[in-house]
Amino acid sequence: MRDVQPIWTNEASSGALHRVRCAGESIVSLSALENTAVRDAIAACAHLAGACLPLLHHVHDALGYVPPAAVPAIALALNLSQADVHGVISFYHDFRSAPPQRHVVRLCRAEACQAMGGEALSLQLKRVAPPDVTVEPVYCLGLCASAPAAMIDGKLVARLSPARLDKVLTGFAGQR
Amino acid sequence: MRVYVPVDAAARAVGADDVATALGSFAAVDVVRTSSRGMFWIEPLVEVDTPAGRVAYGPVATEDVPALIESLRTGAAHPLGHGLIQTHPWLAGQRRLTFARAGLHDPLDLGAYAATGGWRGLKAALQLDGAAIVEEVVRSGLRGRGGAAFPAGIKWRTVLATPADQKYIACNADEGDSGTFADRMVMEGDPYLLIEGMIIAGLAVGADQGFIYIRSEYPDAERVFGEAVRRATSAGFLGPNVLDSGRAFALHLRRGAGAYICGEETAMLESLEGKRGMVRPKPPLPAVAGLFGQPTVINNVLTLAAIPTILDQGGVFYAEFGMGRSRGTLPFQLAGNIKHGGLIEVPFGLTLRQLIYDFGGGTATGRPVRAVQVGGPLGPYLPAAALDTPLDYEAFASAGGMIGHGGIVVFDDTVDMAVMARYAMEFCAIESCGKCTPCRIGSVRGVEVIDRLVAGGPRRDAQLSLLRDLCDTLEQGSLCAMGGMTPYPVRSALQHFPEDFGLPKAPPLPA
Ligand SMILES: Cc1cc2nc3c(=O)[nH]c(=O)nc-3n(C[C@H](O)[C@H](O)[C@H](O)COP(=O)(O)O)c2cc1C
Ligand code: SF4
Ligand code: FES
Repeated sequence: MRDVQPIWTNEASSGALHRVRCAGESIVSLSALENTAVRDAIAACAHLAGACLPLLHHVHDALGYVPPAAVPAIALALNLSQADVHGVISFYHDFRSAPPQRHVVRLCRAEACQAMGGEALSLQLKRVAPPDVTVEPVYCLGLCASAPAAMIDGKLVARLSPARLDKVLTGFAGQR
Repeated sequence: MRVYVPVDAAARAVGADDVATALGSFAAVDVVRTSSRGMFWIEPLVEVDTPAGRVAYGPVATEDVPALIESLRTGAAHPLGHGLIQTHPWLAGQRRLTFARAGLHDPLDLGAYAATGGWRGLKAALQLDGAAIVEEVVRSGLRGRGGAAFPAGIKWRTVLATPADQKYIACNADEGDSGTFADRMVMEGDPYLLIEGMIIAGLAVGADQGFIYIRSEYPDAERVFGEAVRRATSAGFLGPNVLDSGRAFALHLRRGAGAYICGEETAMLESLEGKRGMVRPKPPLPAVAGLFGQPTVINNVLTLAAIPTILDQGGVFYAEFGMGRSRGTLPFQLAGNIKHGGLIEVPFGLTLRQLIYDFGGGTATGRPVRAVQVGGPLGPYLPAAALDTPLDYEAFASAGGMIGHGGIVVFDDTVDMAVMARYAMEFCAIESCGKCTPCRIGSVRGVEVIDRLVAGGPRRDAQLSLLRDLCDTLEQGSLCAMGGMTPYPVRSALQHFPEDFGLPKAPPLPA
């Protein structure tokens, strides 16, 4: 079970943020960690022009996803409707709404990488990637002259080959 | 002994950090991290100071370091040696204006930037009024490097002439095209150059705020450019009083979120405003009503990075390079299945063959070139027979190509062009902003129809004409080039490589 805590603990004026009521009267709240991430993001970004995207990035950087239950708080802080905020989150490929697995492999699927065997790497990942690896497509990392390329746990890797990818996956297994 | 190791993302992605650490572990070695020369096939490229100039070694792996140090100590030749880097034919054959500093020094070193001609364009601009700056840019003939090739000076004129309390400069650093990385190299390798170009643009049109929209796939560019903005601000180049001129210019950085369409300028504006990246209808032009409804100059990174040279050396100097109505130099980016891939800045007018064979050395696999895509995912596929067209916006377009942002993706003869055509439709389906039905739904249909066409069967002719119809509908019924140009790679694949779709082979092109 998650450690359930109300978001926004001290300000009376933000009482509306304490709990988010959903259909069926169930109460969706944020974990302590999520709560902190959302609060930090609002503090850091709410004043910016066009704040929604930077704010979502802030949350995503901290957690690896944007909790759907954070939408009302973000909407309130930015004076937007919840639909607006949800619309932004769902438009952009970068934003996950649930935590990724322990490892994230973002494999480039664009043309220059396809020209150098990117498809074979994608098939390899489908075949052998263990369940604790989230595989996501990405469309160009700007490493097209050293294709194929990927971003593996945030680190860029170029001149990938089936053997090098295998080594990466074995490395993951070693960390388990 | 001083050695140089690039800190560019493409060098780091093949182990440059580890190589730098290994080199630095030798007491006698002083490691400087620099921008990249853009010779990616020999990254990590280590350069060593000698009395004659810098001598290069690459690609250097961590395991090579002890032997490399030993041969430097004894003066013996090393198998990874390339000799004096300045005389390397790959570099000597280029004319680098925008990338003049590539590989030279620490990208964030303000002193080195100033010592290599930095800020001279800005200082020249500060002596001129806005209209005179704009006319210098008009004289240069510089056209937008982001894709549409619209004359930069003419766009600036419109913004200058539109009265408003607040105007903006918006730098498009979304660089979504596969096969392109020149914007990334500027931001990571020569960030002050871009900052200088943006300040000059602000002085020209009367904008005291600039935004740069950097795609999230470029974390290194975001980090380096952000730091450069901080340092340029502390040093008085940015801020309320640019170089004590009484003029202000503030620069704000925003990160994209993985949407190709946000490279389209009006979608980028929406995204900068924090919204979904939905394309806006034009008019109004962004030059009249752009970011937050205010007059806005939107230019690509390379367009703005060309500006300091133009103000420093004059528009006429810049316009002396090139051919026809394509003036100046273009940093081409050679990628995909290519032996010597990287950044090739040359005046307009060379042919694809010269770039792919003379610079690129043919394919990485050593197999024949079969198809080339220039200009990103919306660019048509060209067959090997079309490589002799000169790279000039008009000449290349009349041969059925598109220069776009200058990315060149090479495929060898193992490519299945039906797969690439299908990918073009699929990419459109994934990246469509969703505003126009032909783009949003037609692209999904396109994938299905190509699948059926390739599967064969009795109704193949019907599928083929359906695909052609779909392409026409996309081209005519789309608000922007995402839907409007997705037909180009599809039709060109069909035209030049019908056999990949199970159709009769095309007759050879007339000589
Ligand atoms: C689908 C689509 C994607 C685009 N992507 C980019 C991009 O990533 N970078 C860019 O500078 N221009 C891109 N453009 C072109 C921009 O709309 C615009 O023409 C350009 O930023 C203007 O700057 P320039 O005149 O300096 O080229 C794209 C256009 C379309 C239709
Ligand atoms: S063509 Fe596609 S991407 Fe362009 S505006 Fe229409 S739906 Fe959006
Ligand atoms: S196409 Fe894969 S990195 Fe550019």
